[in-house]
Amino acid sequence: MENNAGPGASTPGPHLNTPNTGLQNMVMLANAQDSADKHPQSGDAVSPALSLTGISKSFPGVKALSDVSLELYPGEVTALVGENGAGKSTIVKVLTGIYQPDEGEISIGGTQVTFPTAQDAGRAGVTAIHQETVLFDDLSVAENIFIGHAPKTKFGLIDRRAMIDRAQALLDRIGARIDPTVTLKDLGIANKHLVAIARALSIDARIVIMDEPTASLSHKEIEETYELVERLKAEGKAILFISHKFDEIFRIADRYTVFRDGQMVGAGKIADVSKQELVKLMVGRSVDQVFPKRSPQLGNEVLKVVGYSHPTEFEDIGFSLRAGEILGFYGLVGAGRSEFMQALFGVTRPSKGAVRIDDQIAVIRDPNEAIGHGIVYVPEDRGKQGAIKGLPIFQNVSLPSLKETSHKGFLRLAKEFKLARDYTQRLDLRAAALDQDIGELSGGNQQKVVIAKWLATKPRVIILDEPTKGIDIGSKAAVHEFMAELAAEGLAVIMVSSEIPEILGMSDRVIVMREGRIAAEYEGDDLSPEHLVRAAAGITEVRS
Amino acid sequence: MSVTAPDTVTTGRQIPDRLKSPLQRFLASWELLLLGVAIAVFVINSFASPYFLDPWNLSDATFNFTEKAMIAFAMALLIISGEIDLSVASIIALASTAMGFAVQLGADTPVLVLIGLAVGLACGMFNGALVTGLGLPSIVVTIGTMSLFRGISYIVLGDKAYTGYPSEFAFFGQGYVWWVISFEFLLFALLAVVFAVLLHKTNFGRAVYVVGNNPVGALFSGIRVTRVKFALFLLTGLMSGVAAICLTSRLGATRPSIAFGWELEVVTMVVLGGVSILGGSGSIPGVVVAAFVMGMVTFGFGLLNVPGIVMSIFIGLLLIGVIALPRIARQLLAKRKV
Repeated sequence: MENNAGPGASTPGPHLNTPNTGLQNMVMLANAQDSADKHPQSGDAVSPALSLTGISKSFPGVKALSDVSLELYPGEVTALVGENGAGKSTIVKVLTGIYQPDEGEISIGGTQVTFPTAQDAGRAGVTAIHQETVLFDDLSVAENIFIGHAPKTKFGLIDRRAMIDRAQALLDRIGARIDPTVTLKDLGIANKHLVAIARALSIDARIVIMDEPTASLSHKEIEETYELVERLKAEGKAILFISHKFDEIFRIADRYTVFRDGQMVGAGKIADVSKQELVKLMVGRSVDQVFPKRSPQLGNEVLKVVGYSHPTEFEDIGFSLRAGEILGFYGLVGAGRSEFMQALFGVTRPSKGAVRIDDQIAVIRDPNEAIGHGIVYVPEDRGKQGAIKGLPIFQNVSLPSLKETSHKGFLRLAKEFKLARDYTQRLDLRAAALDQDIGELSGGNQQKVVIAKWLATKPRVIILDEPTKGIDIGSKAAVHEFMAELAAEGLAVIMVSSEIPEILGMSDRVIVMREGRIAAEYEGDDLSPEHLVRAAAGITEVRS
Repeated sequence: MSVTAPDTVTTGRQIPDRLKSPLQRFLASWELLLLGVAIAVFVINSFASPYFLDPWNLSDATFNFTEKAMIAFAMALLIISGEIDLSVASIIALASTAMGFAVQLGADTPVLVLIGLAVGLACGMFNGALVTGLGLPSIVVTIGTMSLFRGISYIVLGDKAYTGYPSEFAFFGQGYVWWVISFEFLLFALLAVVFAVLLHKTNFGRAVYVVGNNPVGALFSGIRVTRVKFALFLLTGLMSGVAAICLTSRLGATRPSIAFGWELEVVTMVVLGGVSILGGSGSIPGVVVAAFVMGMVTFGFGLLNVPGIVMSIFIGLLLIGVIALPRIARQLLAKRKV
């Protein structure tokens, strides 16, 4: 979930601070009994299922929403677009009863309502599927779906049989082939998502909020999600769809609403708007969606990997990388790209294989040694592996460079601040102060801090794992621009990405991985979306 | 080849270093609140008993917390890093038993000190190896070693006690350096400075915070997480050894029940000092003030002849009260806004 920059948006205090939103959502889902009338709406009805008018919400120092309006129509998908920090997450929290608006009205089916608690929102038929949905790894799929509202026997105990049957029915309804009795942790991320969706449906909500549902899914899984959205539409649900991906917005949305800096700056039918117009509305200026033009000056070979293998994750990975080159790694989720990168960075040990840096054998047993050899890794899981939340920005930046900024093991804060100033400025970080907790920043800005932290170590090879996942289009362009700049300065760049436009737009050369192995390598004119998708899916036959 | 930060920055805005000055931070800090509590306790005590303000009485009172506080400093670092050691009091028992045993064999003071420190280190190493080597949760491991270490003392000593410590050995727990300043109090003050510098001014201290806030992120940033944690278990064991020397010297005897229940008092001191039990935050000055608060409360109640059980009830209420206060205040403020 994106975090608004203001201090009020953060959870209070250093002691025992548990994020409350997930739990509250659960309570909301749990208590949402079906009070909604289920008759499908008449086809040409134009009265909104839900409308918000004049909603404002302030936190100390920040006006997160100001006089915002939003309407959702039954059987239609409304896309909510905006940069990180535009107020999208705040409006979702207002809709689900987690935040109380300072001003404004919410009405459902024409009657004015308030959501003093998350439970009230659930009872009114509003449900949300979040970016990072809270599920229980050690419970079964059926238990996850029905947690809090499980069917009971006449003795008041959970009716396991009925629960499993109903879970199966729900999963069938969304076309998920998942056994409801398996433990959740045995499922992949895409299937976990389907479980979350099934859970939302188990409440029979009329208004479904989907917050970046495709952010961590592979190509095929995304297609399945689209089908699911179509199905929900056909059932007459009013859907609020939050996404950073313009292709999917134009594919599945019927209407759009654009937020910018906490205000609604435009709304209408998708059919009446172009991508360029939408982007312009969103950022308040026209952004070139074109990737930066590069004329790569390739230097000497910097990195050579030979026969890297792991007992379960990947097998016989070998390639070489030259200074100034951007090498893309494409593949489906689960192809072993991140696992290989983490082994290269020393987080896990390979069972076989060797790494050469500048034609010298490099022994990498832990990340510390990788950093020593000039290999750094910007992880995909920014929240867990990248940012050290709870520590200020400047300490995050200086962390891997402490040897340089300190003197005989003693900290030198002035040097740390200088390092942080230099590198965060270069990345155009937006923050209130350098001693602000990194956890208070938006996703895009956290990513900038993580990149800054690695650049400050003056690396030879930088590995960027899904560097623009879940960040807004403005920050995305900045990251792309910056990658091009780094390569031009002679850094060797490895970029793992599941977004084909990004891979094609940025890479000089692309390696496609499938099931832990290198499936293909393309450069120059061979770089085409068809080639990449075929190689990633293992389709060798070229159909005419 | 490598990337350097450009001297002239074309893009980007100037972000100020600090939002609040260090003074503003201090004024809103836990340590200041706790200092207020300490002063209040001091004032109440001096009104409640005419004997309280006597310098020698005050000096005696410091023995209530100096030994526990020495362990609490190391424990604070360990808890900030996200681990805990509940075996510290049992390490004291084992170290003291080992020293008493050596006395029976005719060991002199330097040897006794070495034995005390070595046993502490060895116990810390054992805990650390189990936690970092095998990846076991520290709370379980140290509950186990808590029984193990003290169990050994009971087997060796039974219902007997070791006495007959050499007279020079008495200096550590009974000696005075200058006027009313005891050796223990001086050691406490020195260790407070050493630990404050270690935690707040060194790379190692920074690593402790990083590991406590996000161990995975720490690993991905090149910090050797297991080494940091192992070092902290060693340090906690060592400080338990130091406390064992002081306590044994002060009592002049070793019984297997020595320092019984101290692990919880040490943890209480650390948490009262503002260290988050979940790890990631806290400070040594906070623990120092907390040590004074606990020591003075115990002493004041002692002067008033309040029974021990009432004292522990009060300490418990104090802990809950001081922890809950900021939370309640925050909730009241939040309600007013809505």
